[in-house]
Amino acid sequence: MGNPASAREDEKFMALLQESANQLVDKLQNNEYENASDIIHRLLEARDAHIFNSVGQLTRGLHNAIVNFNVDADVTTNPPEVKNSEIRDASDRLQYVLDLTQAAADKTMDKVEAAAPIAMNLGQEAHRLKDEWKKLKRREMSKEQFKELYSSIDDFLDQMGEGTDLLNRHLQEIILEQGFQDLTGQVLKKVIGLITDVESELVNLMRIAGQVEEVTGLASDEDNKKEETDAIKAEGPAMHADKRDDVVSGQDDVDDLLSSLGF
Amino acid sequence: MKILIVDDFSTMRRIIKNLLRDLGFTNTHEADDGSTALPMLRGGDFDFLVTDWNMPGMTGIDLLKEVRADQKLVSLPVLMVTAEAKRDQIIEAAQAGVNGYVVKPFTAQVLKEKIDKIFERVNN
Repeated sequence: MGNPASAREDEKFMALLQESANQLVDKLQNNEYENASDIIHRLLEARDAHIFNSVGQLTRGLHNAIVNFNVDADVTTNPPEVKNSEIRDASDRLQYVLDLTQAAADKTMDKVEAAAPIAMNLGQEAHRLKDEWKKLKRREMSKEQFKELYSSIDDFLDQMGEGTDLLNRHLQEIILEQGFQDLTGQVLKKVIGLITDVESELVNLMRIAGQVEEVTGLASDEDNKKEETDAIKAEGPAMHADKRDDVVSGQDDVDDLLSSLGF
Repeated sequence: MKILIVDDFSTMRRIIKNLLRDLGFTNTHEADDGSTALPMLRGGDFDFLVTDWNMPGMTGIDLLKEVRADQKLVSLPVLMVTAEAKRDQIIEAAQAGVNGYVVKPFTAQVLKEKIDKIFERVNN
């Protein structure tokens, strides 16, 4: 164990054990059972002290972890009621990310849905005028038709000016809406930082708990069994899909897999 | 053609709805998970189901299994549009009787291809 205090404890205990072992052999060989029993009791007491010490460290570690995460909880109730903590705060932050991305997606789609018909109308009108214009160039146009074309070109230029202004405004607003990436990015970075802290605190606690287990002789192999992953349980977008064998890397892979199944 | 779009994220429902509209399908309805979708499917004469996999309540794979177990819905074409990309999951969906599988993020082109393919096969 890396903890110097604990290493000192171990050394002390080993020294006591060595000293006691020799004495114990002496006493037993001389049939001094009462004295031998005293020595065994002394050893047990030293071992108990060692356990109490380690449990104390574990408790302090837990306490520090709780303080570090600003957990404000009422531990007198069962289960303890958590009033406030960095984890709770992180949940709120992630909810904020969810809300913000939702709002940005909705607004962007609103703008696109508002812009699409403008672009479509301008395009249709341009095609219609182009056909008329061709007629004019081929001199297939009556004076009346020319008058009509003359005024529709006027109208079209007006529409074009207004339409492109509107399109530009929608496009600018779509750009602005992408600001969610910055805001959510900052929040996500904070949450990632917190998760890293939680991990190192947990590793620290495991280390201390490991000392308790070592001293008390409690094995923990059973607890360390990894939870088996359910092959078809939904897990959302796959992270590091390119490094995993059990995950397809895109639609082409899906199509290959399905066609191999006879699709 | 009456289409039901099932996804817990309204953004994704809207994207699929828009893509379907571009493809000429305007009669679309929405549900946010399997347990709200199932009574809609049983009650209304839907021609096509587009569903996500990962949803609270009833997941898409369970919805697919319910659909295939329902005599009235057994031959309803089902397209899965999901971020779930594990091989085992795709095989599971195929065995449960899915008609097409699109992984997110996807393009309008891919969605159109899969839908065309499904109806080509259904109509033959």
